[in-house]
Amino acid sequence: MAIQSDKLALAHDPMTPRVMRVLKRCHDGPQTVTLDIEPGDSAPFQPGQFNMLSVFGVGEVPISLSGAPTDHDRLRHTIRAVGPVSTALTRLSKGECLGLRGPFGNGWPMQQAEGHDVVLVAGGLGLAPLRPAIYQLLSERERYGRITLLHGTRSPADILFHREIMAWRRHRNIDIEVTVDHAPPDWRGHVGVVTRLISSVPFETGNTLAFVCGPEVMMRFAIAALKDAGLGDETIYLSMERNMKCAVGFCGHCQFGPVFVCRDGPVFRHDRLGGLLNLKEI
Amino acid sequence: MPEQQSLTPNGLQALLDALQARGYRIIGPTLRDQAVVYDDVQSLTDLPVGWTDVQEAGHYRLARRDDDALFGYAVGPHSWKHYLHTPVQRLWHAKHERDDIIVTTEPPEAPRLALFGVRSCELHAIAIQDRVLLGGHYRDVHYAARRQDNFIVAVNCAVAGGTCFCASMHTGPKAVAGYDLALTEIIDEGEHRFLIEAGTPEGVEVLSELPARQASNEDIALADAILASTAESMGREMQADDVRELLLAHLEHPRWDDVATRCLTCGNCTLVCPTCFCTSEEDSSDLTGTEMARSRRWDSCFTMDFSYLHGGSVRASHRARYRQWMTHKLATWHDQFDTSGCVGCGRCITWCPVGIDITEEVKAIRETSQEAGS
Repeated sequence: MAIQSDKLALAHDPMTPRVMRVLKRCHDGPQTVTLDIEPGDSAPFQPGQFNMLSVFGVGEVPISLSGAPTDHDRLRHTIRAVGPVSTALTRLSKGECLGLRGPFGNGWPMQQAEGHDVVLVAGGLGLAPLRPAIYQLLSERERYGRITLLHGTRSPADILFHREIMAWRRHRNIDIEVTVDHAPPDWRGHVGVVTRLISSVPFETGNTLAFVCGPEVMMRFAIAALKDAGLGDETIYLSMERNMKCAVGFCGHCQFGPVFVCRDGPVFRHDRLGGLLNLKEI
Repeated sequence: MPEQQSLTPNGLQALLDALQARGYRIIGPTLRDQAVVYDDVQSLTDLPVGWTDVQEAGHYRLARRDDDALFGYAVGPHSWKHYLHTPVQRLWHAKHERDDIIVTTEPPEAPRLALFGVRSCELHAIAIQDRVLLGGHYRDVHYAARRQDNFIVAVNCAVAGGTCFCASMHTGPKAVAGYDLALTEIIDEGEHRFLIEAGTPEGVEVLSELPARQASNEDIALADAILASTAESMGREMQADDVRELLLAHLEHPRWDDVATRCLTCGNCTLVCPTCFCTSEEDSSDLTGTEMARSRRWDSCFTMDFSYLHGGSVRASHRARYRQWMTHKLATWHDQFDTSGCVGCGRCITWCPVGIDITEEVKAIRETSQEAGS
């Protein structure tokens, strides 16, 4: 029996990348590069969404959008060179072509956060997927309560978007704390894991949402610290990372228990992950 | 109730001829490499006439029957996904032209496929892959194209294989939906015939072209008896009604360590499974980097690469990979697609080189969880 023809409305194949050019490339720390890519006819994105970026002949990886959602002139992605594809991406220069599919996934709960305090906890490169949320929070500052950003990195040289953090500190109504794992003698800031900063953050229990992004072990400790500080599981949002090939729920790689991270995430409310984050090798 | 008719073997050949005349490429069971595999079929002599299969955990052998049955075996290592969700599919190719890159999407192929000899468990498996690849926000264009012009001739199972458990999964042995025509093979007192009924208007149309006659009440009763006997002779069974809850409540059960000592993580179970759909993508280019392409190919959650994330695999241990496969198939598939991912065909049991039996693994977890009072 053949399938019904209404299922065959073949829209644009989501697996075919659009060819885009790099508008600008700049270093953002060790092995870390921010690429501005021409947007073409890309749909607007939500803070927390990602694109699939291809280097032709090398491969494709998921990369979060790290720029402002209101910036329609460029799609900004911050990439660390860790594998063959991400390394090739960081070596692209202005004017070169790459492939782009997206945006995919859901985003941070910006609407739910209105009227609430927001605590953003970023481990390392985890600040990149949070930056669009920060832009939106700051551009609509009056809609939100107290905003706090906690950023942990390995060393002062690894602090992501360092100059921008300084500017936010100076000009914007946002509390920012930065901590490093390893400090040189001239470092005057916090030393230690980012989760330790959580207990010192003033926020209104019962009226606060937390956005957490970073290595999974860091997110586990962040959840524990946030809960110690009085937040409920239903107010803690995480951005998950898994191997991804298709980004549209076909390839199966990004499964995390019952969810497809690409399709149902990457942002999840912690209570909806059913405690799976505490199990190994899920 | 749809009207049942009766066909002789010659009449069944007329069905093959009619499908060919309608421009279908007919795929059906054939013999190759001492197994029943799905391949091109033109005449009834292409089928495994007079053969059956002996299946057990980690064991598959063909054996002679004492009659000329055309469908006297269960299922082989192939499933219809070979033709609908193909092992390799090029997605696009690209070419450098001066300083530009031109990407061309691979046009979906839409062959007119007649699937001949589809078992009830396999109809369920196709319906499950339809949900996975067509039922969501995005549609797999290649699968959609390969599914759009299918004519499905189902066969009600007259024998159950040694590793079959469709009866307990409520997916067989009788085909109830998803076919154009359904056959039941009857060999009684040396007389060979097929009951045939249509499930769709196209099935009715094709059937009207065949030299069929009204089925006798005796034959209809006989076909029912054959199916009842098949249902009662399943080689395996699985208590499936609560298996989702059972497995999700026991993600740290010691049985996962036990199965990990046996599982080779070879991935055979995922390749023979008619519902496993996972794929990976592979980019290639010529030596000059002028021509590039991306293909997807079947992948398996048993490989280390499958869950690789900067720094290592998320599921590095055998325990975690077997647990992922089995809990996905029997438990989280329900959350994702509102159906089990298992149709009880038994292929994963038969084709596991060390004979791991999914029904035994479920039973072991169930029994020890009851002992523990949980």
